[in-house]
This record gives sequence, structure tokens and C-alpha cells, in this order.
Amino acid sequence: METLWYIVVTLMLALYVVLDGFDFGVGILYPVLGRSEADRDVMHAAIGPVWNGNEVWLIAAGAVLFLAFPKAYAAGFSGFYLALIIVLWLFMFRGLALELRSHLDHPMWRQLCDVTFSGASLLLAIVFGAALGNLIRGVPLNREGYFFVALWTDFLTGPAPGILDWFTVLMGLASATILALHGANYLTMKTKGDLYARAVAAAKLMGWLALGSTVLVWLGITFVQPILRFNYTAHPVGYILPVGGAIALVATLVLRRRQRDVAAFMTSSLFILAMLGSVAWGCYPIILIATTEPANSLTIFNAATGAYGLQAGAVWFVMGFVLIIAYQVYAHRVFWGKVPTTEQSADGMTHK
Amino acid sequence: MIGQTLAMEGIFAFFLESSFLGVLLYGEERFSPQVQWFAALMLFLGSWLSGYFILATNAWMQHPVAYTVAPDGRLFVNSLSGLLTNPWLLWQYTHNMTATVVTAAFVMVALGALYLLSGQHVAHAKTFLRTGVVAGAIACTLMIFPTGDGNAKQVFAHQPLKGAAFEGLFHTERGAGLILVGQPNMETLTIDNPLVVPRALSFLVYEDLWAELKGLDAFPREQWPDNVPLLYYTYHIMVGLGTILASVMALSLLMLWRGWLFKSKWLLWLLMLSAPFPYIATTAGWMTAELGRQPWLVYGVLRTAEGASPLVHAGNALFTLLGFLGMYLLLGLLFLFFISQTIREGPVPGVRKTSRLPVDGSVEA
Repeated sequence: METLWYIVVTLMLALYVVLDGFDFGVGILYPVLGRSEADRDVMHAAIGPVWNGNEVWLIAAGAVLFLAFPKAYAAGFSGFYLALIIVLWLFMFRGLALELRSHLDHPMWRQLCDVTFSGASLLLAIVFGAALGNLIRGVPLNREGYFFVALWTDFLTGPAPGILDWFTVLMGLASATILALHGANYLTMKTKGDLYARAVAAAKLMGWLALGSTVLVWLGITFVQPILRFNYTAHPVGYILPVGGAIALVATLVLRRRQRDVAAFMTSSLFILAMLGSVAWGCYPIILIATTEPANSLTIFNAATGAYGLQAGAVWFVMGFVLIIAYQVYAHRVFWGKVPTTEQSADGMTHK
Repeated sequence: MIGQTLAMEGIFAFFLESSFLGVLLYGEERFSPQVQWFAALMLFLGSWLSGYFILATNAWMQHPVAYTVAPDGRLFVNSLSGLLTNPWLLWQYTHNMTATVVTAAFVMVALGALYLLSGQHVAHAKTFLRTGVVAGAIACTLMIFPTGDGNAKQVFAHQPLKGAAFEGLFHTERGAGLILVGQPNMETLTIDNPLVVPRALSFLVYEDLWAELKGLDAFPREQWPDNVPLLYYTYHIMVGLGTILASVMALSLLMLWRGWLFKSKWLLWLLMLSAPFPYIATTAGWMTAELGRQPWLVYGVLRTAEGASPLVHAGNALFTLLGFLGMYLLLGLLFLFFISQTIREGPVPGVRKTSRLPVDGSVEA
């Protein structure tokens, strides 16, 4: 039962990264790709109807973590307190910029909203990468199962790490490049004309950067956290995940070259899912790795709620999950396809 | 424990709300009115479900049920249905939700009054007033009876200490009076300058003019809520404003029925200026519920002081509190600015390119 909930939480977080990831990616590329007011409007319309629903995956994943593993939730949310509050503020600024941009018809207001949106997207992508880095590196859990990490200490991964150190910053930058790739792929499905051409160019460049940063991160992980290797040695079948992820990334690059927009987006989604899955495979059954002593780690067994709660939760969760998939598929489907534009510039850059 | 209800809120309510909010706000040009209406209905369902789950959480903190205590002191849920049908929830949920309808009705009526008084959008203004007054009068009635009454009775039944603090009842009395106005004096444990309806409190709680009500002095002082005067004031602000607002709505309904509402300038002015007060009353109501629960985080089970994160120090909490104060000041200013702009633009569709909500709820939740 605990394992089932571990899978549920991981899956929800991974879906969150795939879904909200593309609108972070759009945000990161926004100042580069959006050259004219019309371009920026199209980019806004591409994510406008869905970004809010995408973010709910994060809230819901947090709530499910609270349901199944309250001890890990309590430890994580107080330990990363400062980082989480900063994330919350960034989310608020980003949401405000997105929603209020069109409410005031003044170029300076729009500029302010654009910079806020883009900056918050970039910072969030980095912070989430760094957060994953923290989970991989481990945190200084004490014997009661609590910890508190400062935003930074000496930027080393030693026994008293900060939220930001060389490894987590590397993870953060990798996350920003991967999400930028993902966002560019999303934009190619949504745009036409010059903007489409620029999105394709960005996706190509970001593809190579993502490949490079993934290799760096992989080297970093093997250096920083040997624990992750144990599950792979014991059950080599898990290698499917990282190998599958690598194949998906290469496929993204190839499909990009062949102008297969939807397929490229799907493979970059698969790449993200597989990479997060690989980390989860390596960490299992630990949720929070202790840098102090291994016995202090919070696992799915010592952090879980009672057996009744897990079972009762599973019953309604299955029903709820079916409903969510239905709403989300509906919401994404009705806005599927290119963003309709009012200007009729058939500029020869048509594709497909 | 409350992970259950919070996760249910996330899974059942938030997705429903956010998915259909996108459809509603961005679908103006794409979809038929039927689809938009359906999306709005789903949004309503989502937000009322959300209210249910979050109040189930709060009701459990007020009146814990359906749990077992493990030897190490951790609490585990032992009945999901018990958690979701907490008897506390009946009055708390209905009272809270009718209060939201009251607020919405007053906002709608105030807007209608503003437009009518300034002679703009007259047809819309009359619709706003008619709908708002009828809905508001019904909701105001429900808010006082049975939901407000039910809530107060269950407080006196299960949390008599909290009830005594609400009413400023320092000493146990037979046939206790209802204090309308007065200032609690914590030195002498009396009410200064009181204006009292004799025996009314005993009657309201037990339907008996001579019933005995336990005062604060019946309980050891370390169990008292930390801030009795503040609790007394928030409770009186809630009840006082609630009564005044209900009277205004009742009067407006009468005038609407007689056909005088649209001509009575003074009443329209009154309705327009009433708009902020339901917000104050609801906020005071929440402060009443939460301050009254102190010093408990989970009533009778877990003290607030024991519930604090052991390693998050006061300095960090102060930093984020100040940050939130700034953030909310900014949000408040933006809200006022954009809401006034929206009001100025008026209710006629097609004037603006897109219409979106000013502040997004799910991010804050």
C-alpha cells in the first residue's frame, strides 16, 4: 500500500512537471521569441486557458503527500520553509502578471507584466530543479525526523548543506534548459508564421543544451549520491527508465529536425517523465534522504499514515483520479491546435 | 488526519474549478452560451465542494471525531465517513456558505444601486437589485436562523468556555443577559458601560429564561482563550453587523415588493455603502471561530504551542509574515484598482477584449 502511494505521489509530481513545465518553458522563452505585441498575445493565448489547471497538479500532489506520508510532508515543508515561501511568492507574481496583463491597455503596464511573468517562470524552473537536487543530495534530518536548511551555506554538498549548492544550482540550470526545450516544443504546436520559425530554432538550440546539461547532471548525481545506484544494481530492470529517457531525448532532436511538432512535444514529455521516474526508482523507498546518518532518513514506511487511512484514501483516489483525467483531457482538448489569430498573414511559413 | 480532507479538496474540487475556469474565461468567443453556462455550473460545484472539504478540515479542528491515538501520540483517522459527516460540519458549512451568498448579494446590490443612482446601465442595475435583494434576504434569514443559531448552540454545548468568552460572560449566572454593547475589562472581569437585554442569552441558548450558563470563572484561567477581549469584539462585530445587514435586506425586500425600491434614493445610497460590511462581518466571523479555539490547535487534543514546527525559528516566520503583509497590501491595491476599472467599464459585453477574474483563488489556496 505504501508503495502504491509512493507511485501516486511520484506520478502526480511528474505529470505536474510535464504540464506546468511547458508553460514555464514558454515563460522562459517569452522575451526572446515574442518580438511583437501580436507574438506575445499569441504566446499568452497558448498557455492562458491551461496554466491554472496545470498548477493544480502541484497542489494536489502536495495534498496527497500530506494524506499518505504526513511525517515527510511535515518535515519537508518546515525544512524547506524559506524556499517554499519564495516559490509561493513567485507563483503569485507570475499568476498576477499572466492574468492582469490584458486588463490595462498601456505599454508600460504590459512591459512590467511581461518581465514579471518571464522572470518568475525562469526562477521557478531553476528553483524546482534545485528542489529535486535537494531531494537527491539529502537533507540534515535529526533523530526526530526534522531539519531546517538555510537558503545557502558554503555551496558545498557536505553534511550541512544549504538549499543552493553547486549541485542543486546545476540541477536548477538543467531544469531551466529542459523546460525551455519543452516549452519551445509546445509553442511549435500552437503558432504559425515567424513565431513558429523562431520556436523551431529555439527548440533545436535548447535540445542540444538539454542534452548537455542532462549528461552533466547525471555525472553530478553519481558523484553526489551513490545511494541511488543500489536499486539499479539490485533490480537492473529499472535501467529501462533512464535509457528510455535518453532515447526520448534523442528522438525529440530527430523529430524536431523532421518538423514533427506534436511527436516532438510528446517525446520531450516522455523524456521528463522518464528522468523523474529514474530518480524515483533510485530513491525508493526513501522520501527524504538524511545526510546525517542513514537511520534518520524518512522512508515510505516510517513516514506513512495508518493502514486505514491509506486504504480508504485509495478507494476515493481512484474515482477522483479518473475524474481529473477527464476534466484535464477535456480542458486541453477544447484548446487543442494552433492559436486562432485575427491577422490573416499567410506568409509562406506554413507547415504540415 | 486532515490530509484526507485536504487531498480530497485537491482532487475533487480544485481540478474541477481550474479546468472549467479556463474554459469559462477563454471560451467567450469559442463556445456556445450553453457550454459556458455548463462551465460556470461546474465552477460553482467545484467551489462549493472545495468549501465543504476545507470546512470538514476546520470542523475536525473544532470538534475532533473519527480518530485514534497511537502510543507515540500520533493521530490516525479510523472512519472516513465519520470525518466527512462530523456533526459540527452541518451548521458550520451552512453558516459559512450562506455568509458567502450574503456577501455576493450585497456586492451585486451595491453595484446595481451605484448604476441606478448615476443613471448608467439602468436595465442591468434593476436586474442586479432585484436578484440581489431576493437572494440576499433569503440568505440573511438563513444566516441568522437556523444556521447562526445552530452554530451558537453547538458552541455552548461543546465549547462552553468559548461561548462564555463570545458573550463576555465572566461569571456563571442563572438567567444570563445578552450584552449588546460594552467593553470587557480584564482587570475587574466585568463589562464596562453595558447595554444588556435581561435573560435573553439564557433563552437563546436553552430556550429557558432561567437556565444557568457557565461563565469564564467556571474554568481555570490557563484554559481561557488567549485574547478574550479581541474574541468578544470579533464575535460582537459579526453578530451586530449580521443583524444590521439582515435588517437592511429585509427593508429592501419590502420596498422592492411594494415597488418603491428603485425610487428611494436614500435606500439605494444605503445599499451602495453597505458593500464593505459583509466582508468585515465574515472576517470577524472567522476570527471568532479561530481565536475562540485557542489555546487549542485541535480542540482538546493538541495545543497550538505544541503544533509549531520545531525547527522553523521566529525570525524566519517574522520575515515571511512581513513579506505576506507587503504582498497582500499590493494585492489589495491591485484589486481595488482593477475592480474600480471593471465597474467603470460597466456590465455591457463586448466592450473589453477579454474578461478575466482579477485575482486567482487557487494559487493562494
